[in-house]
Amino acid sequence: MAGLRAYRLITAMWIRSTMAYRASFVMTTFGNFAATALDFVAILLMFSRVDALGGYPLPEVAFLYGLSSVSFGLADLAIGSMDKLGRRVRDGTLDTLLVRPAPVLAQVAADRFGLRRLGRVTQGALVLTYALWTVDIDWTAAKLLLMPVMLVSGAGIFGAVFVAGAAFQFVAQDASEAQNAFTYGGTTLLQYPPTVFGQELVRGVTFVLPLAFVNWLPAAYVLDRPYPLGLPQWAAFTPPLVAVGCGALAGLAWRAGLRTYRSTGS
Amino acid sequence: MGAGRLYGAVAAGAFRRYATYRAATAAGVFANTVFGLILVYTYLALWDERPRLGGYDQAQAVTYVWLGQALLAAAAIGGGGFEDELMERIRTGDVAIDLYRPADLQLWWLASDLGRAGFQLLGRGVVPFAFGAVFFEVALPSEPLRWAAFLVAVGLGVVVGFGIRYLVALSAFWLIDGTGVVQMSWLAGFFCSGMLLPLNVFPGELGEVVRALPWSSLLQAPADVLLGTADPLPTFAFQAAWAVALLALGRLVQSAATRRVVVQGG
Repeated sequence: MAGLRAYRLITAMWIRSTMAYRASFVMTTFGNFAATALDFVAILLMFSRVDALGGYPLPEVAFLYGLSSVSFGLADLAIGSMDKLGRRVRDGTLDTLLVRPAPVLAQVAADRFGLRRLGRVTQGALVLTYALWTVDIDWTAAKLLLMPVMLVSGAGIFGAVFVAGAAFQFVAQDASEAQNAFTYGGTTLLQYPPTVFGQELVRGVTFVLPLAFVNWLPAAYVLDRPYPLGLPQWAAFTPPLVAVGCGALAGLAWRAGLRTYRSTGS
Repeated sequence: MGAGRLYGAVAAGAFRRYATYRAATAAGVFANTVFGLILVYTYLALWDERPRLGGYDQAQAVTYVWLGQALLAAAAIGGGGFEDELMERIRTGDVAIDLYRPADLQLWWLASDLGRAGFQLLGRGVVPFAFGAVFFEVALPSEPLRWAAFLVAVGLGVVVGFGIRYLVALSAFWLIDGTGVVQMSWLAGFFCSGMLLPLNVFPGELGEVVRALPWSSLLQAPADVLLGTADPLPTFAFQAAWAVALLALGRLVQSAATRRVVVQGG
């Protein structure tokens, strides 16, 4: 596929240019790691004063946190630069991408590929490892199988949110922060148990923007916890379908956004 | 007085400049509201578990969340003030032109940052705060005097924030690339200002240390004045002492830095 090939070539170029300044790469990766670790420090500080949050003890909250962080981190690593699209629309540099013989989506996704974002994935993976070490789970084959499936599906769902957010920026060019509310806000939300939030909010992130399928639903199955909104047990196995559905909708949104693009003419 | 008029005009210019980014402001308001919503639910779960944690009741904890969202941009706790621009001018050497101007470098940027903060407080702070006050049970004082004291504490907090960020920006004279310093300062600001969690919830000695640092002036101090958990006068004295110390240190570093300026030929 031409898109994948273009994506691979452009990311490889950005990795090479990143590696030209190794000290800077190490520093920014560490910074990325530390910035995301701060969220978990907040959770640890909370648990220094309480034993449970929304009925979930620390290892289970860490489990939710790890799943959400790794899924989001993978999406962020792959296409996290898409929130810069608004700037390209504003200053007209998107034109350069339009005349190249490769799909625009692949070019925008790979643009300024930030390898430093491995910091977030690493941080999430460490918390997930800690959670798996301490949490009490009756492992079965289905639960084991569900683990990689939900990480990949979760990354797919977050990826769809990134693409849809970028599509929105064709219309509202200055609104990258609105996109952050769904991406960074979404992963923050999922780091806490669903029991913490109001029913309306849980309903919204299950049926409208289906973030609950990233970790809340599959994790409820793995942890043997009651399902949010009393959903049936099979809902825990639907994340791949939800991810594909979200991806298709985001793709449509992207096409619609790209069609509205009018160059600045400068 | 000529100088007063000059810096007043600089502040007004900065206010107007930020006021032109309407879509960005709307997106920021939306993001602050979403993050406030997520935080409020986690705080409610925390205070459900431990009522009167840190000396706050639930309504006070909820008010604290919305104050944080209202002050985040104004006090530039998450960055986004003048420092990127000044660092860029130092890196490119444009700062040499600024030094020849018949205006004081530090006062110029302070005036500009105050104008920015004024707009951010009105443009980005009021709406999320009003949203929180309408949809959640909050603890707001009815005496106008307490509100006035709160605004004084906010103003002092913004000056302290400027003092810290001015030092961060000046580091570019020595480092050329200040990305690492900016990131570390952002992390320290988030952690030590009370943005992550109210400082009175921090356990034991850690709590006492963070409360004595300058960052507590940015959010914790104004919040405690408004919530009535701290006396205004000692709070002002604490903030003013840090403001004076940081501004004086900024002058010292500035004079050391400007002696290093070598104007590149061309």
